[in-house]
Formats: sequence, structure tokens, C-alpha cells
Amino acid sequence: MAMPRYDKLVFEIGAPGRVGYSLPASDVPVEDPRAGIPDSYLRREAPALPEVSEFDVVRHYSRLSQLNYGVDTHFYPLGSCTMKYNPKLNETMARLPGFARLHPLTPPASAQGALGLMHDLAQMLGEIAGMDAVSLQPAAGAQGELAGVLMIRAFHRANGEKRTKVLVPDSAHGTNPASTALAGYQVVQLKSLANGDVDLADLEAHLAPDVAAFMITQPNTLGLFEQRILEITDLCHARGVQVYMDGANLNAILGITRPGDLGFDVCHFNLHKTFTTPHGGGGPGAGPVGVKSHLEPFLPAPVVVRRGEAYALDWKRPKSIGKLQAFWGNFGMLVRAYTYIRTMGPDGLREVSENAVLNANYIMARLAKDYDVAAPGPCMHECVLSARKQKKLGVTAMDIAKRLLDLGFYAPSTYFPLIVEEALMIEPTETESKETLDAFCDAMIQIAREAEQSPAVIHEAPVTTSVRRLDQTRAAREPDLRWAPRR
Amino acid sequence: MRYIGNTRDNQREMLGVIGAGSLEDLLVRIPAKVRLARPLALPPAMAETDLVRHLRALAATNTDADHAVCFLGGGVYDHYTPVTIDHLISRGEFFTAYTPYQPEASQGTLRTIYEYQTMIAELTGMDVANASIYDGGSSLAEAALMAASVTGRAEIVLAAGVSPLHRRVVATYCEGPAVRLRDAAARDGVLDLDAARAAVGAKTAALVVQSPNFYGCLEDLAAAAEIAHAAGALLVVAADPVNLGVLQAPGRLGADIVVGEGQGLGVPLSYGGPNLGVFAAKQEFVRRMPGRLAGATVDLDGQRGFVLTLQTREQHIRREKATSNICTNVALCALMATIYLSLLGKQGLVRVGELASAKAHYAAERLGAVPGVSLAFGAPFFKEFTLRLPKAPERIVARLAKQKILAGVPLKAFDRRLADGLLVAVTEKRTKDEIDAYAEALARAVA
Amino acid sequence: MANIPAELRYTKDHEWAKQEGGRIRVGITHFAQEQLGDVVFVELPKAGARATAKKAFGVVESVKAVSDLFAPLSGEVVEVNDALAKAPETVNGDPYGKGWMIVIAPSAPREWDGLLTASQYEEFLAQSGP
Repeated sequence: MAMPRYDKLVFEIGAPGRVGYSLPASDVPVEDPRAGIPDSYLRREAPALPEVSEFDVVRHYSRLSQLNYGVDTHFYPLGSCTMKYNPKLNETMARLPGFARLHPLTPPASAQGALGLMHDLAQMLGEIAGMDAVSLQPAAGAQGELAGVLMIRAFHRANGEKRTKVLVPDSAHGTNPASTALAGYQVVQLKSLANGDVDLADLEAHLAPDVAAFMITQPNTLGLFEQRILEITDLCHARGVQVYMDGANLNAILGITRPGDLGFDVCHFNLHKTFTTPHGGGGPGAGPVGVKSHLEPFLPAPVVVRRGEAYALDWKRPKSIGKLQAFWGNFGMLVRAYTYIRTMGPDGLREVSENAVLNANYIMARLAKDYDVAAPGPCMHECVLSARKQKKLGVTAMDIAKRLLDLGFYAPSTYFPLIVEEALMIEPTETESKETLDAFCDAMIQIAREAEQSPAVIHEAPVTTSVRRLDQTRAAREPDLRWAPRR
Repeated sequence: MRYIGNTRDNQREMLGVIGAGSLEDLLVRIPAKVRLARPLALPPAMAETDLVRHLRALAATNTDADHAVCFLGGGVYDHYTPVTIDHLISRGEFFTAYTPYQPEASQGTLRTIYEYQTMIAELTGMDVANASIYDGGSSLAEAALMAASVTGRAEIVLAAGVSPLHRRVVATYCEGPAVRLRDAAARDGVLDLDAARAAVGAKTAALVVQSPNFYGCLEDLAAAAEIAHAAGALLVVAADPVNLGVLQAPGRLGADIVVGEGQGLGVPLSYGGPNLGVFAAKQEFVRRMPGRLAGATVDLDGQRGFVLTLQTREQHIRREKATSNICTNVALCALMATIYLSLLGKQGLVRVGELASAKAHYAAERLGAVPGVSLAFGAPFFKEFTLRLPKAPERIVARLAKQKILAGVPLKAFDRRLADGLLVAVTEKRTKDEIDAYAEALARAVA
Repeated sequence: MANIPAELRYTKDHEWAKQEGGRIRVGITHFAQEQLGDVVFVELPKAGARATAKKAFGVVESVKAVSDLFAPLSGEVVEVNDALAKAPETVNGDPYGKGWMIVIAPSAPREWDGLLTASQYEEFLAQSGP
């Protein structure tokens, strides 16, 4: 079924003088609201914003929304992103006025419910990850990483140690090296084994006295549980190296094993992945960071604490790495994650991971004949396939992704991890049922047949979407980043 | 469990296809030694009705802006939020999509980002705006780092009026790259231009000025631009975009990078997050900008379409050399702002600014006339101002909170010289009656 | 058949170098531009900048890849191909001609002898190739 066509921008609809707002007349005896403000500080003409009615706006954005695939409408197997169902209950709870309409600088005595929720959520995340303390402040995973690496840096400094390097595997998410560099470290890239596991001998060879931390994803980005994890964390600790866990794949291990028990010193949580807060077309997320007790003094400030029966923001944190955003965290996301954890309970969370693992293995089993599997399973919550067989027929991972759009599915992550040729990274999540997985696998198998027999239909794809393949080269060579009236 | 699709029968069938005997067989790579041998120590699952009751009770203990009259500011404000916004952003196609990696199936999101970039560029007077940073604080931090990268200099001078909350974020981000922070003092609530001239020099990457500043006062941005540019430094301006229907676009006054907290553009207060980090710059710096950018292009048939572009700046391609580590941003908040700015439009945003300014000036007059209370500064202000109180502001605030008036932000925690200071914000939503009631309550409280 | 002009010298990072009366013209090879795909942006130093052998002097970008440009020889950058700013696609269309990037006045001309000959570069590609 083809998507509706709609080609307008909001600047291209409406009419001069049309309005979409409702504001009262002024009820205060101030004649000129600009009096007292120097002329040079004032705008001379009104900004060139749209002139549209409320209904124009409603129809425009409703129609734009129809040009998107979302989890609510389509299977969205984007690997590493955990695109699970976002429960509607979370939304209703986050919109309660006591949460949604609460100003961050409300006196703490008048914000006890919010502070209490944050306190309890931090405790629950700490239990889930086996960590001693959790800060809810980071706004997203990448900011959690920055916070974690800065805490490691502060820890080494406090011990009088000067360490300058952080080891990051070549299979890592791009944010790992980027956050590490931002924290002032030199990034040393380690080569992973073909299945994404850490090469222990190579790691050992790199654990020099100037190494501050080793940062890995567990399960790794090929979707496999790093079996020798205890050897890895022991080896690092023996050399005074802190171990950071990228928590992007936490959905695989809830209630089964815990980062803290694996020997990690720090890990972040992506509430927008594991804990069902919506992805919003790119964000907001929330990236709380958990630490073992030796790193606790360095947590971002302020920390939510309980003093007797009351909750408070503790600013007296002399060793803190500081603030990451103006206020206390992406609270709206915290309410959603709290609602989710209380909905699921301990048994429910374990079922989440078991079913996420089952679904990924099911897809891998069904597709193993037609696609190369990047590494033998069983996998955890996601599986990585390689389209190298199809590439020999002239069909790339990107082509397969585009064809999937025509067949009614969003695409898996492509070309990640970087160590797998023509990678297709598929994360089904536990919220999808067997029927959906079967339909997806049937589509993938159909594409494998088409690659052999009628590749033109793949190269043409997508044809059902509102636009066909887009000219990325032109977009980058002649950047057109804002609308201007056609002359 | 209602969020899990598989039944026991489904599971058995699927395990059969996989060739595994049990779910446990799929976990063989996890060593027994590290398995959690007990259930997680979490409260048991709650049914929907019970959980709703629990969360409603929790929410009800907070004094929110629906149940009290809000004069709180300090970066985020109780501005008018058309109800239409929440209806539109809640559409699952927007709400449950992610970063538009497959542009053909994400034209809705991409087009709204392009609209957002256009609106922010227009308001700030900049050439280009990105798709968003987390909040005003992290946006300012990114601007400081970008200025250092553009100029090859490693010192940032911050005007004393920059939000102390944002300054702390800048300090955190500048720690790793060893970018030093210097402060330029204020005089009567605004940047002391002589102090700025003395602080800005050949090592300065940028002078950072916020206007209106944290204390509500309007800064002389043109003068600040002259000082920065004379030293070969950039001018970074932090501005609240809601004000820019009335106040001059910082780009017209010489800013090279404009950042700001965009929460007022239709984003819920939500106890301080998620917010909206606005980020805009001059065209010449576009390849050094952090964050995502949507651009227009054409498809195979020559039809207009939109993609994420200039992605080689970003972490997923450039890794440790990326302009920023940001990946997930606050796209949905940017969508709220886009819908807000469409609804308010050319006339409405000006009207919001005029109303807020008029009411703030009325409130300053009323509150400043309370015996013992005075305006702290003589500088021009817009929608927020600082009072000096004859009694400890924390105690006044606590007392008025009981009368359902959120009176303002005591400044002692932010600036010890303003231990008697109270920061008061007045938006277009406040009425004359509310302001009068506040003045009367304040008079009683300080008497 | 790979396009590797015999009269040029090469680096393992896929730059070429050409002798022009004591000065060295530098660009990227046919193989390099093919690997990158459509070039969308080239960042070059200003004339007068120093180039150091084996160190980056600029950046070349395609839509999905970034590559540092490494100087084959040390010396002063005396000419820069400013036309690439407006027409980066020239690097794809004519990598050995109009797609050149900089000209270096070498400070250690003997570094030339350390560069790969066309046949050595061809062999290098064959060994590391797909």
C-alpha cells in the first residue's frame, strides 16, 4: 500500500493575517510593553513565522506524521535501539499535572513526590544493574558515557594517578570513542575477534600503566554475551584499569545477570531503550549512570537523597564532576521508566529479557539459510546478519533495507557494527509477537529470492514511500538547511 | 504480561524452530558464576488501577503550576502552551519513531526538523540551526567547545549574568578538552564592559553573554560583540527564543553562535527535563556544528525530499574526532516548538512577548512598592527581575507556597552577594489579579 | 585494470605525488576516490601552511566516510586547489588532473625516494585489496 503524498512545508500554507493562537487582551495598566527597553535591543519587524489557522496546523502535522514509520504502526527492528512498544499508561502518568507542570526550582519541600520518585527509581536501577549508586541526570546514553568517563578520570586523579588513554573495541558504538575523547582521553582502538568478543591477549598487551579505562558493550554489538567477562574485568582491575559498560544492550539481561556482578565499575542505562520511554523521532531519552561505591563521591551534582522522611537535593558534593544539564535529569522520561518498572515487577522484567532473546534467536534461526550469520549463536537480544552473499549478486545491505520499507517494515540497523561486512543488525524486542516475526522473516526470505531472481525490484525500492531514494550527495555538497521563499 | 506477545505455546514452537530445548539453552554463553541466583529485589508488579492510584497520590504531593500561581523562572517558564501541541506530538508515527536513519520512511520527522531549523534560524538571526541539543546548559557547553575548535583558542570568558546552572554545565564539558573559563564581572546587574574588555584577549575563543541574563537584565549585545570581535574571539549569545518576537535577534547584533533554552516554546515544565537546547550559528561554522542537521534534496524522480546531512561531523562516522558525542537529542521537544511556533505564528509570538513584558513591568512596580522590598538593579529587563527582600527569601517563599503562590527563586544558593535576592518571572499567563494578590501576600509576609 | 600513472609516486594512504620542477603536486588516487564514493567536501590548508610527511594536511569527505589526507613530503604548502570547495566532484572525475589538492615546496626533497613507485603501489593494492 502506498503512503499518502503530501509535499508542503508549513511555510507554504496559510495566508497573511491568519492566526492559530488564543491570547487574552492585556489586563495590566502598562501602555507600552517596550517602554524602558532601549530601541536597539528591540526587533524592528515581526519574525517571518507561519500565518496559519489552528486547523491548518492540525492537518499539516497529521499529514506529515503519516509519512513516518513508527513502532506503533510498523515493526521497527533497528538493532542497538530497542524499539519496543511504548506503553500508553506511561504517557498518561507523565502528563499528570503534579509531574508535567512542576517547575524544577519549586522548593524541595513542595516537590517531595517528584524527588521521592527519583530516589526510588535510582534505587531500582541500582538493583537491576548491581550498582551501588545511580545518577539520573544524564540526558541520553552519550551523556551517561561522558559522565561515567569523567568520574573515572576524577577517581584516578584523586588517587594521584595520571592515566591518559581509554581502550575501546573497534566494534563499539560511535558514541564510545566520541565521549571518551570529549572527556580528555586518547582513544586506543582494540581489534575485536570475528564474533565481536574481546581478544584477551591483545587486551592484556594494551593494558599499560597509562590506561585509565576499558569501555565495552555487554552483550557485545554482535549480540553475543561476552563469555570471559570476569577474566576481562579481573585483568583490568589488576592493572588499575576501570571497566565501563555501555548499557545499550541491557534489554538482554534483566534479572539474569547484572553489570555490577560482572565486575563493571560504571554502566549507563538507556531508559528510551530498555525501559520503554518513547524515542520521539530522535529523542528525548534519558541516560542514567550507575557506579560502584568507590566512584560514588564523583557522581554529577546534585544527588537526590533521603533525610529521615524527607527527600532533598544534595549539592554539597565537593568531588562531583559537576552538572551535565541545567536541572536534575529528563524527569518526564524518569516518570515513564518508573511506571514501567512498577508495572513489570521483578518477574516481568526477567520475562522481558527471556522473550527478547527468544525472538532474536528465532529470527536468526529462520534466516540462517538465506543470509550469512555474522557469528554463530545463540545470540542474546539481537542478531547480526551479513548480506555478503547478496552483495555478490549486486544487492547491498542498504538495498535490502529499502526493499523492507516497501514490504511494510522499518529497516534493521545497517553497516553496524563496522567489523561486519554488509551488516544487518536486527533487534526484534520482546514486545513483538511470533506472527510479526514470521511476517518479517518471510519478507527477508522473499528479498533473498529476489536478489537471485529479480534484483531490479530491490534496486528500484522503495516505491511505496512518499519519496523514492534520495540524493544524499547533493544534500551534502550543496547544504540546504532552511527554507526560503521560491523566487 | 500485557507487554509481551509470546504465549507459552508460541515459545515452545519457536524453541523448536531454533532447535533449543528451553529458554535456558539460549543463555548458555552466560557463565553460571555470574548468574543472578535470586529474583531482582524490586517491588512486585502492579495492576494498572493500583499503579495509577499510587502515581496520582505521588504527583498530588507536588505543588505544580496548575495548583499554584507560578512566578518561577531561572531558565524555564510557565508560558502558554496551546493544547493542540500535545495532541499532535502524541501521534504514534512521530512519537514512536527514532532518528530518521531511513529517510524514505521518515519524511514526517525530517520535514519537521527542517521547519524547526528554519524557524530557529529566523528567530536567532543566524544562518543555520541544528536539530537540537539536550537543553540550554549543554547547548551552551557545546557552543563553548565549538568556539574553541573554530578559533584554535582555549579560553572562554563568561559574563557574570550567564545562568550559574548553565555555567556549571559548561565547566563540566570544558574539563576534558582543557578549555579554561574566566568570568567577566557585572555592574548593576549587567556585564561591566570595562571588565569584559580586560578579560577578553588573544587567548579568548569566545565571550559568552546571556540576554536577558539570569537576573532578568537585558545586556548590551552589540557592545559585547565589538569587544569579542576586536580580540578575534567569537560572541556566543544565550537567548530565550520565546522573547525573540519582541527582542532583537542576537545575530543582528553581532552574535556568531546563538544558543538557548527553548522550553518556553511549548515544552512542559516537567520538573526541568526534557528541555530543548537551541543551537544556531553562522554558515561559515556549519561543518563544526554539533548535532544533527536535516537538509533538502531530491529523490530519483526529482521530487523534493529531506535527509540527515553533513553527517561526517557526527560520532557514528567520525568517532573520536566528531564535533560532539551527541546521538539521541530532543527531537520531540523540537517538534513541540515547531508546532508552537506555527500556531503562535508571526503575530502570536510578538503578542506573547508584549504581554509578558507588560505584566512583568506591572509586577515589578507592584512588588517593588511593597515596604522594605526593592528592585535589585536599575538595568532594563524583560519578563523577569530581581527583588531585594527585607527577610530571608527562602522563608518568604516557603510561606507563600502555603498560600499557593510560587513566589520566585531565592538567589542565595546561586550568588552569595544576593542572599536577600528573589528572582521573579512573570509570563503572559499571569493575570493582574494574581499579581495583585502576590503583592498583598508579600506585603503581609515581610511586614 | 587499476588507474595508476607510471610517472607518479604514491603513499600507502592513497595519495599521489608529482614532481614539477622541484615542487610536488599532491592529490588522492583513483582507487582512493573510488573507495570513498562521491566526494562532497574537501578541507585544505591555506597557502603558507606547513605540511609534514605522513601527517594529515586536510580532510576529504563523502556522504558516509571521512578520510584524512596525508602529506607525502614535508614542506611549505605553496598552492591550494580552491576550486574543490565549489566543485568537490572534480576529485572523482579527474583525480590525477583537475582534482589535485595542494602543491608543496619540499623541505626534505629526499623524502621523495621513500614513496612508492607505481608498480609498488599496484602491488600494495593487490596485497591489501578486497
